[in-house]
Amino acid sequence: MCLAIPGKLIEISENPEGVRMGKANFGGIVKQVCLEYTPEVNTGDYVLVHVGFALSKVDEDVAARTYAMLEEMKQLEELSDADEPEAAPAISGGP
Amino acid sequence: MKYLDEYRDKALAQKVVAEIKRIVTRPWVLMEVCGGQTHTIVKYGIDHLLPDEVELVHGPGCPVCVTSLEMIDKAHAIAQRPEVIFCSFGDMLRVPGSEADLLVLKSRGADVRVVYSPMDCLKIARANPDKKVVFFAIGFETTAPGNAMAVWQAKQQGIENFSVLVSHVLVPPAMESILASPQNRVQGFLGPGHVCTVVGYEEYEPLAARFHVPIVVTGFEPLDLLEGVLMTVRQLEAGTYEVQNQYPRVVKREGNLVARDLVNKVFEVYDRKWRGVGMIPKSGYKLREELSDHDAERIFQVKEIDTQEPSICISGLVLQGVKKPHDCPAFGTLCTPEHPLGATMVSAEGACAAYYAYGRHLQCEKKELASL
Repeated sequence: MCLAIPGKLIEISENPEGVRMGKANFGGIVKQVCLEYTPEVNTGDYVLVHVGFALSKVDEDVAARTYAMLEEMKQLEELSDADEPEAAPAISGGP
Repeated sequence: MKYLDEYRDKALAQKVVAEIKRIVTRPWVLMEVCGGQTHTIVKYGIDHLLPDEVELVHGPGCPVCVTSLEMIDKAHAIAQRPEVIFCSFGDMLRVPGSEADLLVLKSRGADVRVVYSPMDCLKIARANPDKKVVFFAIGFETTAPGNAMAVWQAKQQGIENFSVLVSHVLVPPAMESILASPQNRVQGFLGPGHVCTVVGYEEYEPLAARFHVPIVVTGFEPLDLLEGVLMTVRQLEAGTYEVQNQYPRVVKREGNLVARDLVNKVFEVYDRKWRGVGMIPKSGYKLREELSDHDAERIFQVKEIDTQEPSICISGLVLQGVKKPHDCPAFGTLCTPEHPLGATMVSAEGACAAYYAYGRHLQCEKKELASL
């Protein structure tokens, strides 16, 4: 029910009633999205959409940072796998 | 798809699981609050990947499940009126009331329509001026902005034949009710990421402090959930109980202020009865008095309906994390998604329905056979 999906905003317009609307692309499926709650978004941004409403802009920088931190954990683990057993405590870092 | 596929990376998931295994020293019980998270956990078998020390119990965050039987019966009474076009999200269609479900009513001639967005109802109302269009406005804080906007626009645009049957519920009062119960087992929460996208997580800070439970606002993809578990276990092992945000790519501490503002203009906090749990004070929304022209309960004056749930059903205990679906004698036998006996089997996001959909009832049978 609280399902919300990230989609790429490909068009912004105003409907005849003056409501800020747009079109978002969800992996090839294009849907109408109400943008009243995300006045800051522009075409090309990713928005998180729930029941036809963009609830938040997906912050690309933060997403990249989080993902990089997870990746780092993976690499540290791989390093420690290759190392001698006593090197294992080196992987205490992480997000 | 971007922001979905990369959070389903198997190798990375295995590393996060390894890290959880490395840091855990004793048993912990974690609850994921949201039904969407439950669905992902069971679908990907995340609970089975975790070390034995980490137990996931499933929370009350499925709005379709917790909508009271009385409210569903009210919806059905309204939907059967000849002047009504009754609109609903798709996941409410198969939920049985005391007598039937919305699909059955449709087959008997009721004008029941599935909408993708509550805004679609305004179009239907404009196109059918001689009908009364009613929308079944259910959901948690995530859905409230959409439903609020439909009512607000109806008022602004003078669409008088549109009303909503409101059965909105709120997460923090339900978490408080779980934590305050003497039966409580939950020691840490994976907080509901999309609810917090709207309302933020300030409201969770007093809960964490009062009950000494870490709450990690968590997303919905497998890697999000695993990282949420890792962050919660880290806090539990360290003895801290803070609210942390695993899902900062969409969740801000204050949430979405524009959405919160309109939700507050349209709704006010109200006591709600939760299916399987009972009355929880100040745990839902109702329409504000000044919008009562769009309140279906006022317009249609449906009397309170007396209902009774099957006594065998333990959904209330499942919703509070005290029991698991396979602890129920009716699970997968008397109670199935086709013939649900209670809250947690009525929607795909309910814990019992998720267990059933991914074959967990068969695993029970296997275990029973093996023990013979």
